[in-house]
Amino acid sequence: MAPAKTASTSGRRSAAKSANKSVSKSAPKEFTGKNTPDFGKDDELHAYREMLLIRRFEEKAGQLYGMGFIGGFCHLYIGQEAVVVGMQMAQKEGDQVITAYRDHGHMLAAGMSPRGVMAELTGRQGGLSKGKGGSMHMFSKEKHFYGGHGIVGAQVSLGTGLAFANSYRGNDSVSVAYFGDGAANQGQVYESFNMAALWKLPIIYIVENNRYAMGTSTARATAQANYSMRGVGFGIPGVQVDGMDVRAVRAAAEEALEHCRSGKGPIILEMLTYRYRGHSMSDPAKYRSKEEVQKIRSEQDPIEQVRQRILDGGWATEDDLKAIDKDIRDIVSDSADFAQNDPEPDASELYTDILL
Amino acid sequence: MPIDILMPALSPTMEEGTLSKWLKNEGDAVKSGDVIAEIETDKATMEVEAVDEGVIGKLLVAAGTENVKVNTKIAVLLEEGESADSISADAPKADADTPAATSDAAGGKAREASEETPAAAKVPAQPKLEVAADPDIPAGTEMVMTTVREALRDAMAEEMRRDGDVFVMGEEVAEYQGAYKITQGLLQEFGDRRVIDTPITEHGFAGVGVGAAMAGLKPIVEFMTFNFAMQAIDQIINSAAKTLYMSGGQMGAPIVFRGPNGAAARVGAQHSQDYASWYSQIPGLKVVMPYTAADAKGLLKAAIRDPNPVVFLENEILYGQSFEVPKMDDFVLPIGKARIHRKGKDVTVVSFGIGMTYATKAVAELEKEGIDVELIDLRTLRPMDLPTVIESVKKTGRLVTVEEGYPQNSVGTEIATRVMQQAFDYLDAPILTIAGKDVPMPYAANLEKLALPTVDEVVQAVKTVCYK
Repeated sequence: MAPAKTASTSGRRSAAKSANKSVSKSAPKEFTGKNTPDFGKDDELHAYREMLLIRRFEEKAGQLYGMGFIGGFCHLYIGQEAVVVGMQMAQKEGDQVITAYRDHGHMLAAGMSPRGVMAELTGRQGGLSKGKGGSMHMFSKEKHFYGGHGIVGAQVSLGTGLAFANSYRGNDSVSVAYFGDGAANQGQVYESFNMAALWKLPIIYIVENNRYAMGTSTARATAQANYSMRGVGFGIPGVQVDGMDVRAVRAAAEEALEHCRSGKGPIILEMLTYRYRGHSMSDPAKYRSKEEVQKIRSEQDPIEQVRQRILDGGWATEDDLKAIDKDIRDIVSDSADFAQNDPEPDASELYTDILL
Repeated sequence: MPIDILMPALSPTMEEGTLSKWLKNEGDAVKSGDVIAEIETDKATMEVEAVDEGVIGKLLVAAGTENVKVNTKIAVLLEEGESADSISADAPKADADTPAATSDAAGGKAREASEETPAAAKVPAQPKLEVAADPDIPAGTEMVMTTVREALRDAMAEEMRRDGDVFVMGEEVAEYQGAYKITQGLLQEFGDRRVIDTPITEHGFAGVGVGAAMAGLKPIVEFMTFNFAMQAIDQIINSAAKTLYMSGGQMGAPIVFRGPNGAAARVGAQHSQDYASWYSQIPGLKVVMPYTAADAKGLLKAAIRDPNPVVFLENEILYGQSFEVPKMDDFVLPIGKARIHRKGKDVTVVSFGIGMTYATKAVAELEKEGIDVELIDLRTLRPMDLPTVIESVKKTGRLVTVEEGYPQNSVGTEIATRVMQQAFDYLDAPILTIAGKDVPMPYAANLEKLALPTVDEVVQAVKTVCYK
């Protein structure tokens, strides 16, 4: 968790935001990944709320899984919340998001309804895919969320296709394609890197390095564990980012988005992060020690970091934060109630949505 | 001894070409490697190099001659001391020695390809089947002889003119003009924004195409052959075919995957597989496999407009074959509808794609023996027009299917199962399925011929179900 080259999270204020505003007029800056965060009260409170929603939602999903309401595979995002929240804070309307199967957090961050996500997890008709997709397969054209994919690495090529569409249409949207340290070893990732660099496609490749591809640590699975360098052979710049610090994530995201929008092609952000839970609900996580998990939870928890800064900065009181917590719990409870009580899809749905 | 210079084959399937230009004259000295002539096919122009050293004694085929068969003697090279007088006069009749003409009349690749040259000496001309009119073509429409290759190109060009969201991507589709020249001229008309050369990256560019389709564009992804699409099949099936369902109908992929499928000629096991039954098993896909140029054009246009992912299986051997194509401003055929190629009353033969080449020949032979075959060209494998097959079987009581793919879990066995279930009481004989043999495609010419179905197998099968 202490990479040599991590986006700075120091409290220095800089011209990051104002630079953004003037970028269209001046020559685009070189990508450094070291944009200095400019993270004020509103940002902190927003990030706190968004990350907490994901945390509580995932905890509830874990409970419902244990109760038998959720079946199959269920991959929880707990511990990695800062990555998707920080990215989403920097994106603008029209930027597309695509990810693999650990996708609940991405959908909530994209603004998709907690009821819709939870009811999909329970396989009910009010789920975002009418109960036909499940945990790994949800989509929203309205929120520019393109899934939700169960084949490791496939979303990287698909995300490159979303970027291709932006380029073809000549709009200034950027595709944000998430994949894990495990997927980073798939061949099609590099096929996509090559085409994206060749055609200068507007895409941010985000490697969510949570250290374990299911049960295999990066040390055991990869010859070059610095994933930010995986684009070197294609001339794609990359940087490692402290993915537990939402400020660092947003700062890197702003710079990366600017890079893509200015026509410089793809970029890689390696988010150094950690998942607290097993790979999926059925994973007892015997491949790592309890101490390792506990150490990160106590020292680097993304939500706790924000919470502490909010309190230190006097931006909210404990009571204010408790009110936020309660609000979030209410949203999550409501989604869980809905997901348990909503009917299963009608049997006639079996044969719908196969062809248009 | 004077050395014969023969008309060379430029590709595994080339049977003939145009000798467009001589670059040497009689009496010129040539060294090995010198370019002596240019020859042209509908696919490519190539230079002919001298292999030996000598003096051009005689040019036997005039520049500009069309339909010069492969292995025809086109010139004679004299070695030192030899004179042009020693050249015998029988040279130009060499076409009887072409492999096409000497190939086993029972069938096989060389024979299929020879449909392009109906005049070939020993090969029976393409049978004049009385082809049933396609109800989708208005009566009285002017018909123009067109190759499947041109029909496919025209279909893409017309749809690209019509809709700016349609683009074509694949290996060698742009500057090279298509590995099989299907995209000829598209780069010139539409530019490199819409005609896109990809790296050799099937898995990756299939995914890029599906992603672009999910974003609302309408990609045509060309695979140089569907054999290479095996690297991309995950994106075709898991991403393109299943997303609409997995998204509860929110997001689909309006994309066409097209390219040559199945065996060409002498290209060995890894380049010769027929994927008809593979793709036609997948819910969420449409699968089209045309035989005629008209169907190729009308169905490709329909595939491009279709909001669903369509796998469009072509065949390299059919590319050069000509068929009548209706001259219409916008000729679009319905996907999912079989075409009765020939009406008949005694027995039903169902085929599709290259399989139709065996079927049409068999039907013509059977006609001579008094067996009146109803020949159905499925055209689309998914959704399959089973009602047309059932209707025919109810009339004839007998069914034979013909395809080139492997026999186990073939399209034919699927048809047989469903006909057995839905029209059992109408059957007067067991259904027979003619398919390729249950082996990887061998390279040796004789073994390759054995591995493929033959016209004779179809004839015998039809006779068997007719108890004749």
